[in-house]
Amino acid sequence: MTAQARMISLDQPAANARALTHLVAEAEVGEVPPDDDIPLYAPRRNIYPQSVHGRFRTIKWAVLVITLAIYYLLPFVRWDRGPNAPSQAVLIDFPNRRFYFFFIEIWPQEVYYLTGLLILAAIVLFLMNAVAGRIWCGYLCPQTVWTDLFFAIERLVEGDRREHMQRDARKWTAGTYARKGVKHFLWLMVAWWTGGAWVLYFADAPTLVKDLATGQAPLIAYAWIGILTLTTYLLAGHMREQVCLYMCPWPRIQAALTDEFALNVTYRYDRGEPRCSAKKAEQLRVQKQPAGDCVDCLQCVHVCPTGVDIRGGANLGCIQCGLCIDACDTVMRKLGRATGLIAYDTDLNIKRRIEGKPAFYKLVRTRTALYAAIIAIVGGIMIYTLATRDSEGISVIHDRNPMYVRLSDGALRNGYTIRIVNKQLKYRDFIVSVDGLPSTLVDFVGLPPRADGRQLVSVGPDQTKEVRVVVTDYSNTAPAPSTSILFRLIDIDSGEIAEMRDHFFGP
Amino acid sequence: MAEEHKEIDALTGTATTGHEWDGLRELNTPLPRWWLWLFYITIVWSVGYWIVYPAWPLLTSSTQGVFGWHTRSAVVEDLDSLKRQRGPMMEKLTTASLAEIAADQQLLDFARAQGRVAFADNCAPCHGAGGGGSKGYPNLNDDDWLWGGKLADIEQTIRHGARAGDEKGRQGNMPAFGRDNILKPGEISAVADYVRSLSGLPVEPGADLALGKKVFADNCAACHGAEGKGNREFGSPNLTDKIWFYGPDKTTIVQGIQNGRGGVMPAWNGRLSEPIIKALTVYVYSFGGGEK
Repeated sequence: MTAQARMISLDQPAANARALTHLVAEAEVGEVPPDDDIPLYAPRRNIYPQSVHGRFRTIKWAVLVITLAIYYLLPFVRWDRGPNAPSQAVLIDFPNRRFYFFFIEIWPQEVYYLTGLLILAAIVLFLMNAVAGRIWCGYLCPQTVWTDLFFAIERLVEGDRREHMQRDARKWTAGTYARKGVKHFLWLMVAWWTGGAWVLYFADAPTLVKDLATGQAPLIAYAWIGILTLTTYLLAGHMREQVCLYMCPWPRIQAALTDEFALNVTYRYDRGEPRCSAKKAEQLRVQKQPAGDCVDCLQCVHVCPTGVDIRGGANLGCIQCGLCIDACDTVMRKLGRATGLIAYDTDLNIKRRIEGKPAFYKLVRTRTALYAAIIAIVGGIMIYTLATRDSEGISVIHDRNPMYVRLSDGALRNGYTIRIVNKQLKYRDFIVSVDGLPSTLVDFVGLPPRADGRQLVSVGPDQTKEVRVVVTDYSNTAPAPSTSILFRLIDIDSGEIAEMRDHFFGP
Repeated sequence: MAEEHKEIDALTGTATTGHEWDGLRELNTPLPRWWLWLFYITIVWSVGYWIVYPAWPLLTSSTQGVFGWHTRSAVVEDLDSLKRQRGPMMEKLTTASLAEIAADQQLLDFARAQGRVAFADNCAPCHGAGGGGSKGYPNLNDDDWLWGGKLADIEQTIRHGARAGDEKGRQGNMPAFGRDNILKPGEISAVADYVRSLSGLPVEPGADLALGKKVFADNCAACHGAEGKGNREFGSPNLTDKIWFYGPDKTTIVQGIQNGRGGVMPAWNGRLSEPIIKALTVYVYSFGGGEK
């Protein structure tokens, strides 16, 4: 079929169109409906991926265990921040509008760090793609990880590919239904645990677990567990590869971003065609006729979680998990042939090998260098700003009405609402001064001065405080319509300073 | 599907819809099954929606829905829950004295927040959004108070108003000296110039300040004081400072003497609740001009 497909020239579309359509349809849905009986929907072919052992399967298991362990257990990791902050290492605290990540605490106005993270995530994805194609899809994507886990459960309960397919094809017995029931129950349990772990990131995990168990948790927690149980069950249990084929934008973006040097799971057709049994290949070689290394055992197709035949060349459905490599290597070893008939390689290298040139891999290219540079720059900026950010801040809003007030002795006064931010986890006392006017008095409205006559604003741990300030200009100089002034916030203990520029208005 | 729609596109092998625009034919590509099912589910969902929620318009109302849900009752419920939430603080505000409110930071913050909204709803039309006032409506931000700027003074003015017919309200009018033929035009002009001179404003050339001083002592000093410093008993403004209620120009002053003045501040007692009047008091006080 694929050999046929390769013979079809795209230069003569009209003549070959029908043949091509049928080939594509056959590859995708298994059988081709007659033209006059086109269904309203595209039927899906069930995929029964076979278990496989090998290098890439081991890596996938390791990634699965590590990523899921992080996901399920991270909410329970404690991190002592003292008495005035939660002690959960990773916590998205919506009611108090804080995000905690180990030693980092993010306020809502610092959400640009999230933007930075998103940029980093995108560029890291691009870099992964430039280096080795869709390794994100094959190993790290949550859809892949959870689907892999669900496949494992399916094989555990319903048996491996052959057993499962045969049982499905036979008349269903009570045993069949029982196995399916157990499978769906286990799937739902995993999905439920997945949804349960998600909500733990939004509240103190041990407390929430207790509340969930005793029915004391807020309704929204149960609702989210329900939603995520359902989505996990549907996406990982039922939709599987269809998410990658139809829903996910990344394959399309990836196809546009890739180049000829990026490693892809590749069938090395330079190792010969046609595909035939080992015995026939022997005979052909004796007759000095060409014969390929592929014995057409279809193991690569049977282990594929998206049902792709990688021998057809680069394929949109291929998530490049490398399981077909493991399957093929196993067969090649048994046959005593060289492994790597399918491997992470490039079409470029296949052509070079056919031409007798050595294969090569070029890691440092313009795009990989550019991606790495962007990652370094964005990451560097983020680390720098995070390390040097102030733990105090001041924002100033000038009164809109009235713009200024004339006092009975002729002095001019402007009113401001200032908000003082204290990002440290302890009480802090601040004074506020104003620069830019010849003779001013800064007065916190309704705040009694301390014994030394200074007006101090005390701001609670990890809190902000809004105070009204009136600034009076007693100088008798002719007032300007607008004078630029500088508010300076000073921590009286540490001397740390935050500044904000505003205006002083006159008639 | 009609027979002519069975036309098959040669390039893709897919049936067309039979529609043709400028030689372009539309393919009749099948929909994915999950999409179709979602579509059917939304239709079923909408039927459920019609049953449980108000949906179909009738002649004078609409179907009510078996859930009995209504936007109006939802709002009422929201307001009730807000009232319950604020209940304890509101109660505290009702019973606390103004001094107690000023001393309790949490209660003060709450009162100011309540006062801000009440001010915007009730006071801002005359006094301005930030209490800046305008001609004839006092600026509440400055340090010049017609009736006193202590918390208790402000509360009484809010509660009983000025010249609003409330017995406990602020009373006192500026008489219409000209219209009622108490003063002659020449005397009015002279006393207007004299009043301007009290706060150091320039007077018209040839102004008879001696006459003005005499007229002031005979007619104005009773309320505005011998030195023109005003009297809060009658709400008579201090004429020696830089703040002018109606304006410092001579025409405005002459107008006031000629026709009198007597702006009205409504009495809010009974119109606003007890805690809200207190909240307004501390809010107005916090504009920055409150007196100790």
